[in-house]
Amino acid sequence: MADLKQQIIAQLNLKDLKPEDIGDDQPLFVEGLGLDSIDALELIVLLQQEYKIKLASAEEGQHVFRSVRTMAQYITEHQPKTV
Amino acid sequence: MSDTQTYITAHCCITQKKVYKNGILLLSDETGSDTTDFLLSAYKYFNVDYPKFYKMDNLCKLGFLAVELLLKERRIAEEYSPETVGIVLSNANSSLDADLNYFQTVKNIPSPAQFVYTLPNIVIGEISIRHHCKGENAFFVSDRFDTGFMQFYVQDLLDRNRINACISGWVECLGGEYKAVVYLTEKRPAKGSLPFNIDHIHQIYEIANGEING
Repeated sequence: MADLKQQIIAQLNLKDLKPEDIGDDQPLFVEGLGLDSIDALELIVLLQQEYKIKLASAEEGQHVFRSVRTMAQYITEHQPKTV
Repeated sequence: MSDTQTYITAHCCITQKKVYKNGILLLSDETGSDTTDFLLSAYKYFNVDYPKFYKMDNLCKLGFLAVELLLKERRIAEEYSPETVGIVLSNANSSLDADLNYFQTVKNIPSPAQFVYTLPNIVIGEISIRHHCKGENAFFVSDRFDTGFMQFYVQDLLDRNRINACISGWVECLGGEYKAVVYLTEKRPAKGSLPFNIDHIHQIYEIANGEING
């Protein structure tokens, strides 16, 4: 999850933060990291670029982007298998 | 010709690794930093605390920082009702700096965060959010800083009582070149203020060219 946190920091330009500043279960939006709707789009881009994963629906995003842990679980479950 | 005497009560210039407030040099960075590095070092040097700064494109960072210093030690949001504070800016290259960066991402997956900065008036939005300004605003694009037009436009807004104070000036950023010259115009004078006219706008602009008259 440390790698994922680093990718989130880089993708969202959160230069004041270190990976250890982001809790595994800390909410990413509103009361947590305070991300906004544009950040949500950037997280979708991150999933596509880094993990070749496309979200199926906006509703799915609400669950996936709840925390770093939920993102990591989704990536683990949906990352294309390499042969 | 206006009947109302108005005043430039503060001005700020940022260009070529130098920052001036009311003609006084506040920061000079002689290191080989590029535009992004310099704006970040200035942000830290002046102890600005606004995390969204990191997400902005360079044009917004430049305008935001210049206005941040312009309004330092002022409580503009408390002194004026939000609807009476205007922002009128101009530059020569619009948001071309952000446009080019965004274009690079289009080759792969377009970046939403870069796309939102592909309009010059976004810098006005960032300043408005920070300082709670809700008055008249406009961003003009012209080859050079048209002091005559800028003076006329702002004076007219003040004369018609559409606004009581205005943040205006030139905010230009493209590649390695950047220049912000912003000034606050009000109806009441303050210590060291200048009558709001074309000559004084020109004089302030010359500070950014290294000619210190302010």
